[in-house]
Parts: sequence; structure tokens; C-alpha cells
Amino acid sequence: MKVLSLNFLTCAVKACKSSSNSYPLHPKDAELVQDDLEVNAQLLLNLLPRIDWTALSTTATELGFPALPPQAPSVEELQSDEKKLRDLHNLLMETQIMEGKLVCANCGHEYAVREGIANFLLPSHLV
Amino acid sequence: MSRPEDTLSADVHYNDSEARKYTTSSRIQNIQASMTHRALELLDLSSPSFILDVGCGSGLSGEILSSLPPEEGGPHVWVGMDVSASMLDVALQRDVEGDLLLADIGQGVPFRAGTFDAAISISAIQWLCNAESSDVSPAGRLSRFFNGLYASLKRGGRAVCQFYPKNDEQKKMITSAAVRAGFGAGLLEDDPETKNVKVYLVLTVGGGNLEGNGGDITGVVKGMDGVDVLDSRHSNRNGKGEIKKGSKAWIIKKKEQMERKGKIVKATSKYTGRKRRVAF
Ligand SMILES: C[S@@+](CC[C@H](N)C(=O)[O-])C[C@H]1O[C@@H](n2cnc3c(N)ncnc32)[C@H](O)[C@@H]1O
Repeated sequence: MKVLSLNFLTCAVKACKSSSNSYPLHPKDAELVQDDLEVNAQLLLNLLPRIDWTALSTTATELGFPALPPQAPSVEELQSDEKKLRDLHNLLMETQIMEGKLVCANCGHEYAVREGIANFLLPSHLV
Repeated sequence: MSRPEDTLSADVHYNDSEARKYTTSSRIQNIQASMTHRALELLDLSSPSFILDVGCGSGLSGEILSSLPPEEGGPHVWVGMDVSASMLDVALQRDVEGDLLLADIGQGVPFRAGTFDAAISISAIQWLCNAESSDVSPAGRLSRFFNGLYASLKRGGRAVCQFYPKNDEQKKMITSAAVRAGFGAGLLEDDPETKNVKVYLVLTVGGGNLEGNGGDITGVVKGMDGVDVLDSRHSNRNGKGEIKKGSKAWIIKKKEQMERKGKIVKATSKYTGRKRRVAF
């Protein structure tokens, strides 16, 4: 599970749809790996306006990364600053949660992550 | 040919041996690849995009998204959802680049509003039509899937779902569920009337100011052979089918609309829309 995906996933439990507390999910006992992937600059620029920076800062801190700047970079900044682009690429695309859990702060549901795959199957009474 | 969809659930049918057999068959690889390319053509993405692969399986469709050259608008980044752990296992062994979720699309699409530029689904959604236990109906699963998919796409986004309908009735059931969720929908059939017919459901999320008619289904499939444009978004306004303003049905409909826009709405309960008495 890439940090990128975590920035877009919400709790799947029906009762959580009406709660703002169900996003982002919080990693617990996370084992991380770093992949080595080619930078896709165009994709990052396309995605940047959609990234929830507050949630990303929370995730980064919870995963033990140094604090992110309080404001998201602008598209122009990212375009002209190779290092910023690399850093963002490293966090969003190359950092993966291999084992652990993702926890909803609203209902407490824990989604297990195994071999990088998060299990979002729910018992039918929660759907 | 018999249809496993009619008798088994997907996670049972796609067990370890079936998943391996499926993925290593060069005949299947070729068919899935050509349908994926066709779907990409219909999505018409001009730059690297964030894509949901619905029923991604072992990644035969997804890996084409990752390897698309810049001249063709790629490479894209994708997230795949699949209900079969065995299929996902094969995807892991094949080292696909997409991020994988073990999830049942009939339970919804757990991403925040406006996440994806586009969605693709190759040979998967007909599975939603069989529900084998009593607490789930195909209609309910289809509606949860399409409502969730609609919300997870950005305004102006598109989804293309190639699927194998069992019959016309199933084709209609799936298409109308998509339209009810708010999509503009068109059906495209390649090689119609043959045993190799391929059915593509092309879906658009309206809204957003798009150049020309690029954002609407009529623009995507207009002029293509064998395309039926289905759009009931404008029905239901007048006449018999109208829902009375202020009624419970009306409130539920409004809530669904708000939810699709990603707004947070209170869960519907037996109190929803009940008259409140004036207290003296
Ligand atoms: C014929 S395979 C296609 C896989 C891949 N898209 C491809 O082109 O090779 C159909 C896939 O749909 C998945 N599927 C069926 N029902 C599903 C559901 N309710 N939720 C998620 N995936 C489902 C199956 O597990 C299977 O992997």
C-alpha cells in the first residue's frame, strides 16, 4: 500500500460515511519498504491539487518521517524544484506499507495489510 | 459455454489454480490486452493519470496502464480492487506496479470524492449480478458499486467497463444501475451479433466545464457504430414519476446527490423526513 493510496482511501464502513473522522486511516504497527521507481513528474503535477496535504502530513508523522512543510508546494514550485519533486515522489510513490494495519479513528475498524495488500472486505452488517 | 458467474462467487471461482491458469493462458492474455487497449482508446486520456482498475485480477489489464508510453498519454498510475486473494497473489508474483486492494466492489468503492481521473474494468462487473446469500441482492450491490464509483471519479472523469452480460436483461440491469447513480452512459458493441461480441459500458461524470462535448457521453460515442446512448438523467423531472418535494423519497434522493458530491450527510433512518410537530 503506497502512501499515495492512503491519501485517498476512506473507511468503508457504512456508518462512517457521514463522519469526517473516518479519513485519513491511521497506520498501526506499519512495516515500510522503499521501492525504487522512476519519477513520473507529469503524474505528480496532475495529482498535487488533489492531495490532501493535512492528511499527508498526519500520515508522514505517524510513519516516522520528518514533519512536512505546513503548506503544500504549488504546481509551479514543484515544476521548478527538482528536489521537492523527488521528495514528494519518494513519500507518495516509493514508500509502501508492507505489513500492519490501517485504523479508522471513527469506528475503530482495523484493515489488515499483508504483503502490501490492504484487506477492505467487510462483514455484511457493516456495509 | 458455461458461465462460472452463474454458479460460483468470484473469490471461490478464482482460486489458486484457476488464477494461475487464467493468467498464464496466452489466449486470455491477448484478449484482455486488446480489450484494455480498446478501453483506453475510449477513455481518451492525454496525460499520465490516476486510474482505478475495478476487478484488476492478476494485473493483465493494469500492467498495460503502467507501461503505456508518453506518446500515448502514459504511463498511468493505478490502484486495483479485486475480491480474489488468489488473483492478487498472482499479481504480486508478477510484480505489477499498481497498488492492490482486497475488496468487494459490491460493497462500495472506499475512496474519497474525486480521487480518480478515470476508471477501467475489464471482464469483471457481470459478477455483480450474482448474489449468492440472502442479505445481498444484485440490485443493491450494483447500486453500491456505481454510487461509489461515481463519487470516486473527478468531475469530467470517465469510466469504461467491458463486461460479459448473460443476456439483454442483465445488460439493461447493469446499465440502468449506472445511470441511476448519476452517470451518463453509452453502450458500445464491437463485433455485434457474433460470438466474439464485446460490450463496453462507457460512463461519464458530468459537471465541470469541459471543452466542447468531451465531458458528455454523447461526445464520446457519437458517430460510433453500434452505440446506444442511454441517459435518463433528464427523465424523472416531470410527469408521473416525479418525487414530491419534501417527501422522504425526495430527501433520500437529495442526500444521495450530496453524498455523490462528496458531502457528508447524516445516515438515513426511520426518522428521516418525519413531520416534526410544533411544540407549544
Ligand atoms: C476475468 S477476471 C479479469 C481480471 C483483469 N481485469 C483482466 O483483464 O485480466 C475477473 C476478475 O473480477 C474479479 N471480481 C469479480 N467480482 C468481484 C467483486 N465483487 N469485487 C472485486 N472483484 C471482483 C474476479 O476476482 C476476477 O479477478
